[in-house]
Amino acid sequence: MSETWIILGATSSIARCLVRDLAGEGAALILAGRDQADLDATAADCLARGASMATPVQFDVRDPATFGAILDLATGASGPICAAVFTGSMPDQEKIDADVALIDGVITDSFTGPARFLQELAPHLERKGEGTILGIGSVAGDRGRLGNYVYGSAKAGFATYLSGLRNRLGRSGVHVVTVKPGPVDTAMTWGLDGLPFMTTPDKAAAHMLKAARKGRNVVYTAPIWRIIMMVIRSVPEPIFKKMEI
Amino acid sequence: MRWKTDTYTGWGRVHSATGELARPERLSHLAAIAKDEPAPAIGQRRSYGDACLNDGGRAVETSRLDRVLSFDAETGLMEAEAGLRLGEIARLYAPKGWLPAVMPGTGFATVGGAIAMDVHGKNHHHAGSFGQHVTEITLLQGKKTLKITPKDEALFKATVGGLGQTGIIASATLQLQRCKGDLMMVTERRATDWDAFIALLDQSEATYTVGWIDATATGKDLGRGILEEGETGAGLVPAPKRSKSVPFNAPQAALSAPVVRTFNALYYSRVPKSGRTTVKPIQDFFFPLDRIHDWNRLYGKTGFHQFQCVVPLDQAPALREMMARIAKSGLASPLAVLKRMGPGRAGYLSFPMEGYTLAVDFPNRGRAEALIADLEKMTHEAGGRIYFAKDALSTPLHIDEMYPDLPLWQAEASKADPDGALKTDLVRRLKLRDAS
Ligand SMILES: Cc1cc2nc3c(=O)[nH]c(=O)nc-3n(C[C@H](O)[C@H](O)[C@H](O)COP(=O)(O)OP(=O)(O)OC[C@H]3O[C@@H](n4cnc5c(N)ncnc54)[C@H](O)[C@@H]3O)c2cc1C
Ligand SMILES: NC(=O)c1ccc[n+]([C@@H]2O[C@H](COP(=O)([O-])OP(=O)(O)OC[C@H]3O[C@@H](n4cnc5c(N)ncnc54)[C@H](OP(=O)(O)O)[C@@H]3O)[C@@H](O)[C@H]2O)c1
Repeated sequence: MSETWIILGATSSIARCLVRDLAGEGAALILAGRDQADLDATAADCLARGASMATPVQFDVRDPATFGAILDLATGASGPICAAVFTGSMPDQEKIDADVALIDGVITDSFTGPARFLQELAPHLERKGEGTILGIGSVAGDRGRLGNYVYGSAKAGFATYLSGLRNRLGRSGVHVVTVKPGPVDTAMTWGLDGLPFMTTPDKAAAHMLKAARKGRNVVYTAPIWRIIMMVIRSVPEPIFKKMEI
Repeated sequence: MRWKTDTYTGWGRVHSATGELARPERLSHLAAIAKDEPAPAIGQRRSYGDACLNDGGRAVETSRLDRVLSFDAETGLMEAEAGLRLGEIARLYAPKGWLPAVMPGTGFATVGGAIAMDVHGKNHHHAGSFGQHVTEITLLQGKKTLKITPKDEALFKATVGGLGQTGIIASATLQLQRCKGDLMMVTERRATDWDAFIALLDQSEATYTVGWIDATATGKDLGRGILEEGETGAGLVPAPKRSKSVPFNAPQAALSAPVVRTFNALYYSRVPKSGRTTVKPIQDFFFPLDRIHDWNRLYGKTGFHQFQCVVPLDQAPALREMMARIAKSGLASPLAVLKRMGPGRAGYLSFPMEGYTLAVDFPNRGRAEALIADLEKMTHEAGGRIYFAKDALSTPLHIDEMYPDLPLWQAEASKADPDGALKTDLVRRLKLRDAS
């Protein structure tokens, strides 16, 4: 029975690579996002690559009224339901400093919006007793840094949420994977200097899918970031607070 | 759009450019660039010279715009974003019985690059050039988004083979061609010398025909080589091997004259005198070199040149003369190809003409530049032309005679891009847009 995957933020560069892999497996895809033209193009591409279904759906993670249509589509499917969350936004920290109201959006895009969606989805998965959730966090969530701590705190909140959700859904056979990418070669990072150990979106996508199949709980991609973040987390706060990394 | 400063090269790695690059991930972002800050588009930079370079300026990479936008399984019409690689189209559709009608020797070439060079393949004698199978192009000209078809005569002919000078190609519809499956039945035959080779090429009735020529053989062996003929088929073979890559720049000795001579002799005698037929995955037939990623590094840091010309049918003797010159020079690498072309071409600046085409790689050292200059002169005298996708050294001198439709193309290019925002290093070097 082919899987049905809900992709929140299907216009993300990493999501686009993941849905290609899923299409190759014949999955049914619900492509949720804001940019209709881009969603249409991705849907056509997925069908060309073997998806059994690829339906674009208008979705704004800040507007819960857009969630229902997605849930209806997904819960009508007969096979396992899975979801992958790619939404997130990272305005420059200076922009946030200049306009603190931006914080709400950043937190919603990465954390509270997806959490609210997954909270609505969870009972359906529990009922089915199977399925996978891939939540994309970030290494930025592992420690608050000068350059992006609002974004980082949203990702941290999401990671904690995912850990709780894993604890809950694991009991009914549903698996939750937390993915923490380091820098990925996408529009977000294009032209930024000094980003070490960058991976590509297709490698990141293949890695997270493999991790999901193997039942891993928390994955870093590229994998070396697990070690780097271990080191960064272990720096004592009196020292860390003076560092610029 | 964020721009990134980088230094990049064409496939031959002789020329490089330093400038700002954008890499839009959506067609709407590409359109915004065309509108607000136009710059030439580049594909996978499989052109050898400087067609895909804009030193000191900006360029737009299409690598992330690689989606199939529609496919009609009844008619074989397929629309794709400009950055989709032709090898990917073959991989997706050959098992379903469809192939791009024309495929160059590398599957990395993109739809946009294949249109802008009006590329040819091993079936040129039957199928013509790439642009002859393009039914519609979405072209971004500043603020305008145009859908052009062959009915738009002048603009279409100036865009196909037009080196990106009439606008940025955002997407295109291709008429794919039926194939029997994703396998290739390949027959290889020895051609013992030049005359035998030309005779075999003239007689070949296969769908796909290409000749490997031993560019080091002299004397009675001059022009010897192997004719490869292919037909698609269905069946089962092991999956193509995963590609390997060349991790470092090779030392120059790797392609010294004795090494190449020995390699070529072995390569030639690998095919039995009586010939042979084998079955391979299509990729291995169409894109044999793609199996080794970054094989251009085998030529070391200084890079290499490919010389490619085409001469009219009755000028085969002139081409033989060029071959003799190359063989005597001892400068050639193992990569050398001889093919018979048909008349098919779709653009004002398309390379193909009915005749014979010769392509030979030379490491960038010693007398290679002087030799290539001589070969160009001989090409011009024979009424032939050189290929912009390969050239890195030529001068403006004879281009207008090699490409008699140049003024027609210039008129369209300057209408489309009056400020010259889309010019590339090749266009400047050959003064292609400077009307005489
Ligand atoms: C191993 C090898 C074998 C080859 N064999 C053949 C062969 O058999 N036959 C043949 O004809 N060629 C052959 N080539 C050449 C190759 O097919 C062409 O150079 C082709 O144009 C490369 O495509 P690309 O996407 O890399 O384009 P690039 O090299 O990046 O660009 C080529 C030109 O296309 C323009 N362009 C690219 N994208 C766009 C766009 N979206 N809109 C407007 N303009 C654009 C660029 O400005 C440039 O002028 C071969 C090359 C290699 C490396
Ligand atoms: N690239 C990296 O280096 C990196 C590193 C660590 C983590 N990540 C995380 O990985 C995920 C994917 O990132 P990416 O690199 O692929 O970048 P991206 O293309 O910018 O992806 C972000 C996605 O979130 C969507 N989004 C933002 N706000 C939304 C909203 N209100 N409603 C609906 N969708 C919204 C965007 O949709 P629109 O197209 O409509 O804007 C886009 O699809 C993000 O969560 C990001 O934080 C990325």
